[in-house]
Amino acid sequence: MARITAGVASSHVPLLGVAVDQGKTGDEYFGPIFAGYEWTKAWEKEEKPDVVILVYNDHASAFDMKIIPTFAIGCGERYKSADEGWGPRPVPDVEGHADLGWHIAQSLILDEFDMTIINEMDVDHGMTVPLSMMFGQPDKWPVKVVPLAVNVVTYPVPSGNRCWALGEAIARAVESFPEDLNVQIWGTGGMSHQLQGPRAGLLNREWDNKFLDMLIGDSDAARFIPHLEYLRETGSEGIEMVMWLVMRGALGKKAKCLHRHYHIPCSNTAIGHLVLEPTE
Amino acid sequence: MTAPTEKQNIHDYLAEFDDIPGTRVFTAARARKGYWLNQFAMSLMTPENREAWKADERKYLENWPMSDEQREAILARDYNRCLDLGGNVYFLAKVFSTDGLSFAEAVSSMTDMTFPEYREMMNKGGRSPQGNRSIKGGY
Repeated sequence: MARITAGVASSHVPLLGVAVDQGKTGDEYFGPIFAGYEWTKAWEKEEKPDVVILVYNDHASAFDMKIIPTFAIGCGERYKSADEGWGPRPVPDVEGHADLGWHIAQSLILDEFDMTIINEMDVDHGMTVPLSMMFGQPDKWPVKVVPLAVNVVTYPVPSGNRCWALGEAIARAVESFPEDLNVQIWGTGGMSHQLQGPRAGLLNREWDNKFLDMLIGDSDAARFIPHLEYLRETGSEGIEMVMWLVMRGALGKKAKCLHRHYHIPCSNTAIGHLVLEPTE
Repeated sequence: MTAPTEKQNIHDYLAEFDDIPGTRVFTAARARKGYWLNQFAMSLMTPENREAWKADERKYLENWPMSDEQREAILARDYNRCLDLGGNVYFLAKVFSTDGLSFAEAVSSMTDMTFPEYREMMNKGGRSPQGNRSIKGGY
C-alpha cells in the first residue's frame, strides 16, 4: 500500500533557481540559504521517496487568465520546464506518476473535492525550484511527481481550512492506492513577501516563525487563519502559505519536526523550510 | 485566531482588502479590467514574440484590445499604474524579464526607493509590517 511518510515545506523563489543554474549556491549571499537545505538533501538520499505530491502554484506559465482552476492535479506522464520570459530553466523534465495521479484525482472527486485534471502542461519555478533545493542538479530527478496546483493569484483563493481538508483527503486517497509506494507531500511558496505596489518588500520574521511553530505538533489552528491576516502580516504574496496547509493536513493529527530553516532575505522574500514526519 | 464557523460574505471579504496600505489585491474586478493587459504580457513567453515586441513595442500592442491607458502604462514601465489598470505582477513579470530586469529591481520601481536603497532595506530584514498593516487602524 502507498503511504505518506513525510511532509516538506519550502519557499520557491525563482532567484534560487538562478543561483543553482549559475553555480552561485556557495557564495556570500546564497550560501546561508542553501546551507539550510544540506540536511534535507542528505535525508532525501536516505529516504528515497518514490513519488512527491508537489503542492505549488503556477505563476502565469501553464495557466493564463483563460482558465483559473482553484485546485488542479497533474495526471500526465511528463512535464517540461516553462519559459517564464528568459528561456526555460536547464533542468530535467519532471516525470509524472500518472497511475497515482489519476487514482488521487478519482478518489478526491468521490470525496467531494472537484478537481481539475491536467494532462499536459509546462511547470515553472514553483515546481522546479523546490526540486533543485532538495535534489541539487541530477541528470534525472530521483522521484516521480504528482503536481497539485493551487490558485493563489486571483482572489478569492481557497481558504486555509479547505486546503487543510484537501490534504486530509489526499492522505486518504494515497492510503487506498494498492502499490507499495513511499510518498512525500511538499507544500511550497512563501514565506512573507510582497512583490507589488508601494508596500513591496514587506517581511515579517515574527509572524513567519509563529506559522512554522503552528505546523509542528498536534494543533490545527493554522487552518483558520483568514486571508486578511496573511495579507496584512505577510504581504500580498505571503498567501502562498495556504499551500503549506495542504501538506500539513495530509500528515494527520500530529507532526514531528525533523528539520527547520529560516532566512531573510532572498531577493524580495523570506525563506522558510520545514521537514515534518507524521507521528500517529 | 478566528473561529471556523461563519461563512464570509463576499462583499465584506472584498471590502477588507481596501484597508491594506500600498497593496492592490488581485480581485476578480481587477482581473476583468486587466484581462488583455495580462494576456499580452503572457504572450512574451516565446522567443519569437519577445523579438517582435522588442522590435516595435507600440506596434506589438496593437495586436491586443487594451485601453490606451494600459498601453501607455506598459510602454512607460509604470508598474503601479499597470496594477491600477488590472495588471498582475506574475504576468507583468514577463515584461520586466524580457527587459532583463530581476524581480527585485522591477519590484523596487513600485516603491519610493531606488533599487540600491530597496536592496539595502531587504538585506537589513525587509520592510517592517509595523504601521503597514491597516490604513484605518494605523498599526
